[in-house]
Amino acid sequence: MGYSLNIDNMNTVIKKWSESYLIYAPKCFEGGGTFSDTDVVRYGQIENVEEIVFNKKSDFSFKEVLLPISETLFYFTEDSVKEADERKKKAIIFLRSCDLHSVRRLDEIYLNNGFEDYYYKRLRENVKFILLGCKSSFENCFCVDMQTNKVDSYHASIDYDGESFLIDNKCSDFENDFENSFNKKQDVIPSYVTENHVKVNIPDNITLDIIKSKMWDEYDSRCISCGRCNFVCPTCTCFTMQDIFYTDNGKAGERRRVWASCMVDGYTDVAGGGSYRKNNGQRMRFKVLHKVYDYKKRNGYHMCVGCGRCDDICPQYISYSNCINKLENAMKEVNEIES
Amino acid sequence: MKLNHNEYIPFLSEIKEVIKHTDIEYTFRMSYIGNVKPGQFFEVSIPKYGEAPISVSGIGNDTVDLTIRRVGKVTEEVFEKYAGDKLFLRGPYGNGFDVENYKGKELVIIAGGTGLSPVKGIVDYFSQNASEAKSTTLIAGFKSPNDILFTEDFKSWEKNMNVILTVDSAEENSKYNVGLVTQYIPELKFENISEAVAVVVGPPAMMRFSTKGLLDVGFEEKNIWISQERKMCCGIGKCGHCKVDDTYICLDGPVFNYTKGKDLID
Repeated sequence: MGYSLNIDNMNTVIKKWSESYLIYAPKCFEGGGTFSDTDVVRYGQIENVEEIVFNKKSDFSFKEVLLPISETLFYFTEDSVKEADERKKKAIIFLRSCDLHSVRRLDEIYLNNGFEDYYYKRLRENVKFILLGCKSSFENCFCVDMQTNKVDSYHASIDYDGESFLIDNKCSDFENDFENSFNKKQDVIPSYVTENHVKVNIPDNITLDIIKSKMWDEYDSRCISCGRCNFVCPTCTCFTMQDIFYTDNGKAGERRRVWASCMVDGYTDVAGGGSYRKNNGQRMRFKVLHKVYDYKKRNGYHMCVGCGRCDDICPQYISYSNCINKLENAMKEVNEIES
Repeated sequence: MKLNHNEYIPFLSEIKEVIKHTDIEYTFRMSYIGNVKPGQFFEVSIPKYGEAPISVSGIGNDTVDLTIRRVGKVTEEVFEKYAGDKLFLRGPYGNGFDVENYKGKELVIIAGGTGLSPVKGIVDYFSQNASEAKSTTLIAGFKSPNDILFTEDFKSWEKNMNVILTVDSAEENSKYNVGLVTQYIPELKFENISEAVAVVVGPPAMMRFSTKGLLDVGFEEKNIWISQERKMCCGIGKCGHCKVDDTYICLDGPVFNYTKGKDLID
């Protein structure tokens, strides 16, 4: 059901929601950017609709709501463990189409890949998604080629036309909230991107021979293995276990999982000094092929959703979409060597 | 394999016995009741120090053996424990070896160093049930005589199978063979090499040259199995550290048929 609401009515709905939900949306943190006097747009809790940033891409994705950067799994004393409590409230997340597509990727790893993840599941079950319409593409986005520019799996959608908020509601839990506050009813189709400036072409003849291509070598020196591309990516899901203990009582502490990056040193280190993929070019290859090759081999669809945040954030101006567009020539290169 | 419980919460297991092999390699016999296969692994943890994936090196009625090398933060701390103390475990994880693949066949097991731990269950099985394989050969290599593991077990294995125990280097007049495991491969005799099966586990270079040696003497790729080692934080397909190509070593492995394992390039 579609509705149009003015600001006051939209805030009435949000106020109502906040009784039973934590509401997460992209918001502006003034002065929080990388450089002095720059802002950052990232996810945080909101209390009113004016806080939501509609006209910019968020620098970080929503994923920290479902996969906290540092998540306590359990507390321990010498020989007992106690599971960490779960979040008391349900959650609502405002996110764009590419990010909603990435939820399927997070689910694939955390709910399907072998075992079901207890901590992810208990957060995931209590989340509702509100789609932020995209009127046009942002810089570095390539959602159209990744086929993530449109999505149906939202609970409700929201577009802002400068005066009113246009809502397409699909969730029965929200029905009363909108029915009690709308200005008028109208059909609403969430806006979506139909063309990006950035185009990508993922060849379908990729084989593991591509590892031998020279294309990866340039990243040995260009990439500084800082891992920012992984941390802003809405589909990166890796973590490392971390035990900490309390300084006042060294016999008690907690086990956490914290975000990990396949680009950063230490990711593959095994006890005794062994490690794999020592060069940054090899790490770039590992990451890129995971996003547009081997994840699909395992799960049937590409992992990358084309949000372009990795290109936005890279301090070395490495373009991941550009790298994807080199894959076709790289396959020609290695096929020529073979023949 | 879907589980509805919290797989990350470890359980306490008592150390029943500590068997010392070398200064830095002990076997901890842990209390455990449940199904477990050779080649599977447990995440062993000590709060505050972390978790480490450790292969099962022996399976008893109500115990599992974990042969641990003192090389990291967690294992360093494990070595401070004695029989009667407890460790946290979770698992077993991974696919493990299936002895059915080797029954009725001419079987060669090649192990390097602590690589003997994950295959020890197979060696034990065909030592106790020698008639179930057409023949069994164990080629085990260690750096030096001081690094040899499971010396007591070797005595019983030698009665039931062809055992080649070799060290990379030793002082003169040592009672051990000196040389790499690969040099013994061409000397092996088979009735029908196209049916013969092999298991290879050890450091990456040793596995690479041993599998090459087996292929060179006529082994078929599909008759060779290997076991891989990677960093693993979860053991259950979530943390991502062990992924190679589209394969999660912890879920799909660590044991792979060579037809699959040969493509696991980092």
